[in-house]
Amino acid sequence: MSKSERPNQLFRNLNAKVASIPMVLTALVIFVGGSAWTVLYSFTNSKLLPRLNFVGLDQYYRLWSTPRWLVSVENLLVYGVLSLVFSLVIGFMLAALLDQKIRFEDTFRTIFLYPFALSFIVTGLVWQWLLNPEFGIQGVVRGLGWESFNFDPLYNSNIVIYGILIAALWQGTGLIMCLMLAGLRGIDEDIWKAARVDGIPTLKTYLFIIIPMMRPVFITSLVIIAAGIVKVYDLVVAQTSGGPGIASEVPAKYVYDYMFFAQNLGQGFAASTMMLLSVVVVIVPWAYLEFGGKKRG
Amino acid sequence: MRYQFMTAALAVTTALPFAGPAAATDLEVTHWWTSGGEAAAVAEFAKAFDATGNHWVDGAIAGSGGTARPIMISRITGGDPMGATQFNHGRQAEELVQAGLMRDLTDLAARDKWAEIVQPKSLLDGCTLDGKIYCVPVNIHSWQWLWLSNAAFEKAGVPVPKNWNEYVAAAPALEKAGIIPLAVGGQPWQSSGAFDVLLTAVGGTDTFLKVYRDKDAEFAAGPEVAKVFKAADDARKMAKNTNVQDWNQATNLVISGKAGGQIMGDWAQGEFQVAGQTAGKDYTCLPGLGLNEVIATGGDAFYFPLLQDAEKSKAQEALAEALLDPKTQVAFNLKKGSLPVRGDIDLKAANDCMKKGLDILAKGSVMPWTDQLLSQDTQKQKEDLFSEFFAKPDMTVEEAQKRFADIVASAD
Repeated sequence: MSKSERPNQLFRNLNAKVASIPMVLTALVIFVGGSAWTVLYSFTNSKLLPRLNFVGLDQYYRLWSTPRWLVSVENLLVYGVLSLVFSLVIGFMLAALLDQKIRFEDTFRTIFLYPFALSFIVTGLVWQWLLNPEFGIQGVVRGLGWESFNFDPLYNSNIVIYGILIAALWQGTGLIMCLMLAGLRGIDEDIWKAARVDGIPTLKTYLFIIIPMMRPVFITSLVIIAAGIVKVYDLVVAQTSGGPGIASEVPAKYVYDYMFFAQNLGQGFAASTMMLLSVVVVIVPWAYLEFGGKKRG
Repeated sequence: MRYQFMTAALAVTTALPFAGPAAATDLEVTHWWTSGGEAAAVAEFAKAFDATGNHWVDGAIAGSGGTARPIMISRITGGDPMGATQFNHGRQAEELVQAGLMRDLTDLAARDKWAEIVQPKSLLDGCTLDGKIYCVPVNIHSWQWLWLSNAAFEKAGVPVPKNWNEYVAAAPALEKAGIIPLAVGGQPWQSSGAFDVLLTAVGGTDTFLKVYRDKDAEFAAGPEVAKVFKAADDARKMAKNTNVQDWNQATNLVISGKAGGQIMGDWAQGEFQVAGQTAGKDYTCLPGLGLNEVIATGGDAFYFPLLQDAEKSKAQEALAEALLDPKTQVAFNLKKGSLPVRGDIDLKAANDCMKKGLDILAKGSVMPWTDQLLSQDTQKQKEDLFSEFFAKPDMTVEEAQKRFADIVASAD
């Protein structure tokens, strides 16, 4: 090719590039710009209105010495790890069971996926009633004669986060199941046949052949679940409003409460910056492995 | 044509400022009065304002102040201000005023002589910033009340207590009769408010002021306040079986006799009234928990965002006048269960509890409340602490007091 054509590189696919300008601007201004603005103001002592009055790391010192924030972070860790593990395990197991060419598969799939059609707020309210000691599960079991039966996670500070986890799993595993099912259907029949010819037991076929082949599906599910974990807020608000006391607080709720109820933007920004940081810490190494690796190879 | 008509109409309204129903202007008023008694009370304001020829557009926001305030503030800061909005006077709207988003009412106040009619004087202080008046106080709400269910004590076979100490002593009897001794709902502001009441009642007014006004952290960690924490510990033990969230649900436990009592502001009175109960016969009220009879001059006020629209600004003035009108004050406060902001009106229809309140007010036993003394930030930290303290039985009194002192040290 002659050298004179090189400057044109920029204008190749010009239409496509022009068309993507709005989205590029949106991403830059709203996502990157908004995040940068938030980080900048987290170093100020802004109260109700943003003001550029820098106080260094004061907001962060205060944040990490606030019991409520520490409880929130701990809750998020417990909720996050368990929700990740259980969503993947239960989702995969349901998908594997549905994949056994059972009858009424469509019906079961609909039933399992149905909760996903509900918002977190509705889910939260439904489970608030189910877990209410007087009207819910505990009340019903006691009514059947087991008088000493005790199941009131939402009113017990020590286990309240598990009550929220149950609701989250009920709502979310259906979607993961569908993703997994799609993944399983994407596996060539011949692989199953070959495994059977070699006499490999079904369980081993799943563990060592099928699951490794489904890596992209697992990555997708992982990203979807992880994004849901960090931003969990509405479920907590609907189920417990953070209670009893501050036992089921989560970081997103801390951010909202301090920005708007406490009229302390600086503190809220500091907390949201910490949330952003935690996402970056998880995403960057993963993105590097996932996309950086391909470029090299 | 249309333009001319508008100008003409504007000229007429400017020329005859108080010519009655010349121009019906819609004015949106936001507030968080949504429980039964509250809604009945606010309807009185709407009626009075509509009578001036304008139109009250009700912007009730459900939830409580905590839910409503962020919505109001974001509307004002976001450039979509309403015609008028409720806040608790004090520091909640402080920064909005500083940012010039609220209308200065000083001239109107001077013309209508608010300084003379508003009683007690400290109410207007809560509306004043740098010598200018920014809000219209509409009622006095004091937190320091203990509401007791006479039926519950009858069932437990103990006399209705006359003060906090007798009440604590009666708690085991109530418990034995299957009654929750003290109802405290799960909303954080309820436990935090109950502590503040204990601080004034058990600790005394000076203790309260030393902690919240002077922000003396050493004192807050000391033995005087330790006594209050001991009382708060009693309170949380008495309240441990209250499985409700909202304050009016907790009040309902008292009304139905399922709970012995509740520490709650005098807005709870509206609920008793809606339920058709009579003060003295069905329920008993103890101002200052029967220990320290004072009334905090907290309450509700209306702020007027600065508007460009001349007609709406005019309607704002009409609303401000209507709110302070003696007749409206009586009608509103009777329904709301709060005390009027004017000393020159006659509340013949007031019930027992309100009369007790009026007496205290007449004696001048008033004090400022947390809304005036503390920033929202400090209040929120306090709420976090006390909602944890009330929900977590294994949190020690000493630990709670230490954290309380830390909050006071960093308070602003």
